[in-house]
This record gives sequence, C-alpha cells and structure tokens, in this order.
Amino acid sequence: MAVITYREALRAAMREELQRDENVVLMGEEVAQFNGAYKVTEGLLKEFGPKRVVDTPISEAGFIGLGIGASMLGIRPVMELMFWSFSYVAFDQIVNNAGNIRYMSGGLINCPIVIRGPANGGTNVGATHSHTPEAILASHPGIKVVCPATPYDAKGLMKAAIRDNDPVYVMENTILYNDKGEVPEGDYIVPLGVADVKREGTDLTIVAHGRAVITSLKAAEILEKEHGVSVEVVDLRSIRPLDEDTVLASVRKTHRVLLVEENKPFCGVDAQVAYLIQAKAFDDLDAPIGRVSSIDAPQIYCKRMEDQQLPHPARVVEAALKVLA
Amino acid sequence: MATPAVLTHPESLKNPAGPSEFAKHPVNTALSKADKVALYTKMARIRHFEQRCIRTYQQGKIGGFLHLYVGQEAVAAGTISLLGKHDHIITGYRDHGHALMVGMNMNECMAELTGKVTGCSKGKGGSMHYFAPDKNYWGGHGIVGGQAPLGTGLAYAVKYRGLKGCCLAYMGDGAVNQGAVHEAYNLAALWDLPMIFVIENNGYSMGTSQERSSAHPGCLAKRAEGYGMAWDVINGHDVYEVRAKTAAAVKRAHDESKPTVLEIFTYRYFGHSMADPDKTYRDKEEIKEYREKKDPVLLFENELLAEGVLTPATRDAINEAAMAEAEVAAAFAEESPDPTVADITKHIYWEEDNRGKDTTSRGTIVFE
Ligand SMILES: Cc1ncc(C[n+]2csc(CCOP(=O)(O)OP(=O)(O)O)c2C)c(N)n1
Ligand SMILES: [Mg+2]
Repeated sequence: MAVITYREALRAAMREELQRDENVVLMGEEVAQFNGAYKVTEGLLKEFGPKRVVDTPISEAGFIGLGIGASMLGIRPVMELMFWSFSYVAFDQIVNNAGNIRYMSGGLINCPIVIRGPANGGTNVGATHSHTPEAILASHPGIKVVCPATPYDAKGLMKAAIRDNDPVYVMENTILYNDKGEVPEGDYIVPLGVADVKREGTDLTIVAHGRAVITSLKAAEILEKEHGVSVEVVDLRSIRPLDEDTVLASVRKTHRVLLVEENKPFCGVDAQVAYLIQAKAFDDLDAPIGRVSSIDAPQIYCKRMEDQQLPHPARVVEAALKVLA
Repeated sequence: MATPAVLTHPESLKNPAGPSEFAKHPVNTALSKADKVALYTKMARIRHFEQRCIRTYQQGKIGGFLHLYVGQEAVAAGTISLLGKHDHIITGYRDHGHALMVGMNMNECMAELTGKVTGCSKGKGGSMHYFAPDKNYWGGHGIVGGQAPLGTGLAYAVKYRGLKGCCLAYMGDGAVNQGAVHEAYNLAALWDLPMIFVIENNGYSMGTSQERSSAHPGCLAKRAEGYGMAWDVINGHDVYEVRAKTAAAVKRAHDESKPTVLEIFTYRYFGHSMADPDKTYRDKEEIKEYREKKDPVLLFENELLAEGVLTPATRDAINEAAMAEAEVAAAFAEESPDPTVADITKHIYWEEDNRGKDTTSRGTIVFE
C-alpha cells in the first residue's frame, strides 16, 4: 500500500471515478486552471480536459443548482465548494432541491450529486469561514453526509459517494489535507453508513467524526500512558446513514461513553448519538454520557483562542476522566 | 446620466500617465491645497499600512487570510473622500483601505489582524471583518457578495429615516455573479434607494480572469440597464476621476434617491491573499506595467507635484510619517493582550452583554 496524503487520496478517488464513468464531471471555483484553491483537484484538468473539469464563476446557488439539475438527467457531478461555509448562499438548492426531489416525485427522479469541500474551524479565518454544517444538513431526510478523518477513508468514502444515487455531501478538513496514511492503489470503497473502530479499548468509548477522531486518538494515548485507561475510539465516518450497531456494540463493551465533535453543542451530531445510546443501551451505561464540543460561540478569529474554542486533547482527557470517575 | 455607448474601459485609462482631465472638475477644484495634501496622505497611509502588514504576516504574527489593497488605493480614497455625515459604506474582505479612509486608526486595524483584544473587533473578526459603525463603516464581509443586500438595507434605512444620505457597497469583479447582488440591484432600483454599488474591477477573482467569470465581460456596470439603473465606468488609477464620477452618483442618490452602479477599473499588485503564490494566472510583466505606469499613488503624487501642491520634501515627509505610523501600529499590536477564554462567549447576544437589564427573553442561550 502506498502512503499518501488525505488530499492525494481524495484526488485519487476522483481521478479513478472520472476514468471509470464518463458521466462524472468535476465543477467548482478554481478547480481547473488554478488546480483547486487547496490543490485537491491538481492535475485533473490536464488529464481529463475542460469538459470533465470545469471552472465556475462565484455563483454557488447557480452552479450547485445546475449540478443538481444535471444529475437528474444522469450526469454525476462532483461539485467543489471552496469552503462548506459558502454552501449557505446555495442552501435552497442543497436542501430543498437536492434533498426533496426523489421524495416529491414519488421516487421517479434520482439526484446522484456529490458536493465536497472543507468544513472546519481551526484555521484562523473567522466566523464566516469556519462552519461545520454536517449536523444541519444531516437533519434533512434525503441527504447523506460523510466526514472522513483519514486518507484511507477519504478515498473510499469519496468513491462510494460518487457511485451513490442520492445527494452525498462530503465534509473535508483543510487541517487534514496534508495528513498521511496507507491507501490502496486500486479500487475499493468504504460504504456510506459504516463506522470504524480506530482504536480498541475496554474502559471508555469515545465516539467522534472528522478531525475530532484525530484529537480523540491523541487523547486516548495520553489516557493510556498517564492514567492507565484503555480507550476505544469509534469513528462515525458517516453521519447519515449512521452506523448505530458499531456505536452500540462499543458501548456494550466499555459501559462508559464520551462524545467528541468540533460542532457547536446545540443540536450537534452528538445530541443524536447521545439519544441513540440512552434509548438502546441505557442498561449498559455505568455513568452519564460525557460530551466535548466547540465552545458555544461563533468562531473567534484570534488563533490562540480558537485553539481553545475547538476540542483539544487536554479538554478531551479532562472530560474522559470525569466520565470514568 | 449619459451612459457610454460602447463597452470599453474609460478613455483616460488608455493614457494614464498624462495629467488628469478631471483635475478641473468642480469637485476637484473645490479642494484646497490642504485638502489635496490630506487626500494624498491618506492614500500613502493605506499603502504603507498594507506593506507593514506583509512584514507582520511574514513574521508569522498574522494567520489566516490577508487580502491586500495595494494598487487599489484611489478607489477607496476617491469615493470615501466625498462622503458626509449620513453617507455609509460597506465592503467585502479586502477592507483595510476603506477602514483607514473612514478614519479608523492603524493601531486598532493592525491589532485586529494579530487577533488582539485591542483590535477594532476585539480580535474576534480578523482581517476580513473590520467594523466601525461610529464612522458609518459597516464591515468587512467575508462571504462574496453578501454585503450588497446589507448595503441596500443601509440605504433603505437612510431613506426611511428621512435623512439626506446614501450607501456605497463595494464588491469585486467576481462578486457580481452572486445571486444576492442581482437581488439587491433589483430592490435598490425598484424602491428608488439612495444606493451606489461600486464594482472594484481589478481584473481577477482569485486566479480567474474577469473574461473567464462573466458573460458579456466588456462591461460589468452595464448590467445596471437591466434594472433601469444609471451606471458609469471609471479609471480607478486616477483619484480625480474617481471623485468626479462618483460625485454624480452621490448627487443622484442625495437629490433623487436613485441608485447607480459604478465600475472602477483598478489592479491588485499582490496575490489574491497572502496565501496565493500568484504565479500561474497572470504575467509578471502585467503587474510591472501597472506598478510602473498606472500606480494610483504615484500618479496623484506627480499630479500634485506638477500643481505645486507637493514638493519632493513634503512628499517624503508624508511617506516617512506614514511608515512610522505603521511601525507604531505593529508595536502596539505586538504588545497588546489576547482576548481571554471568557471573552469567547461574550458578544453573542444582547442580554449576555447587558446582564441584569430587563430583557424580553428567558432560558438558556449559550450551551455547554
Ligand atoms: C460565497 C463565497 N464564495 C467564494 C468565496 C471565496 N472567495 C473569496 S474572495 C474570492 C474572489 C473574489 O474576487 P472579486 O470579487 O473579484 O474580488 P477581489 O478579491 O478581486 O477584490 C473568492 C472566490 C467566498 N468568500 N464567498
Ligand atoms: Mg477582482
């Protein structure tokens, strides 16, 4: 297996799907000639030409809506949002049109669109550019949302997303783009809706997604080394569909749970996960469920404070010890 | 307004080195010597502030995005120099030049960039999100085009309150393709609002040349006709021309409560932001050409030297003072403290900031 970056893994997935299916088209601001604002699509214009890799004006409502329409007629658009924060100007298309078209047509119309791009804080760019909309979007039936944390998952989930017949929104993370990991060279998919146990343990389950997985793995190391605690880390990978079984199996094993996410707490993904656990594994719990999210405020600009606002290993360790107390 | 028949850059842009044909325009002849020196000083201050920002960024003290205004100074300087008590402005993320023009000081601007509590937004907004409502400056907006409807709302409020004023909303040549901009155009025209949309056409939106982003690219301002709005094109390298043509739009807003679209041709010398290496989408030669032949600060300087308003000595003194001021700002930003963790949850809701006062809401509003 080759060791490549998260960015390269995403690119490999798109390249392979462009080769595999002539209906796959990449679109977005600066994706072609400029090779992508974050270079995820680097080289793809050169390889596939301007029919398959297309630069758009700064018209998110327009080009995302166009992609949804094209998908209804069998195109498989993979649309880049330079940041998921910019999806908000295209919210009607993303939610109302993509999310409802199958249902409202009584199942007559497919909408196989992928919308992808970074959705994260931690880069010192202020409130307007730091949104993490996975919970908002996943709250709409009809929409699928995935949040890869590793290069392996990034490639596998992206390929699964492109082959899916419903809208799939892929939330990437600029801070992870340079992370390296082992990724198979050929074709494989990570099915949507399958969580992954990223670290096995017996004393505490941490459930996380996106970069919070990486943060949790660091915290798990500290908990083991400094506190002798064995932590299991479950990476949701996919927010909707949600792999309830893997989460519940881990809870039944460790009996204690800490939920970690980079969202703001109110109606975050973990509010749903907490409900799930108490509803289906209440008798297995030895302690109330713990939770770590971003501090509840619009994203602060000051870098030093933003690092405090986001979950960080020390905060996760502290919360874990409370659940274990 | 007589709208130009052909779609072209203004004539004056073709030969920008000569004396400005707009020097004799009444809004410019009305300027005293001192006014002219002050206007030049403001342009020089923007230039030196931005250049000091580059160093602060390179020292690793500014993170995130830093969009510089160098090359575009005459746009903010020319337009804002015309404004009065009830005139308002709002812009995008390339907002430092406008901020200095409305009278924000370099210290609060620099401290904001380094995320300090002494910054204009207390370290919460950053480079893209400057605000100074006391100076009729409503931001600093990070989402492309989002400021156009907001500005239209400011114009609406001015009119609603019976004031003689207007709002200038600035945006780039890429921003004109946001839906919100078109909705704002229609509202401003439909409701006769005292509104001026200023397109700062610097030729590129990030790495996309204007020809690649806009249908009918010869003239972006002409889209105003679809909404029955007046429009004009302006050579943004000539601050006298910017003033002369913007004055007509301000007058239209003040006297008739009618909107205008102005397209001001300008150029940015640096990458889209400091994160853009600026190596692939334009020629070094092109940048050189603008810097050497069309530099707005230099052209105005030459103009004022020829008019006898500036001497080489006064020019040098002005530039040295501006550099020194930027240096002081950098030191101020360096010494200022960060916001605290407790500050993170301040300024979210009015009642959180005004504890104990009677409020109309109850219950938990900030969650753990
Ligand atoms: C809705 C939205 N889409 C995309 C972006 C990313 N972005 C920021 S600035 C920019 C280019 C804008 O170019 P232009 O309007 O010409 O202004 P300039 O930067 O040249 O001043 C882009 C694509 C954004 N901030 N908001
Ligand atoms: Mg531009």
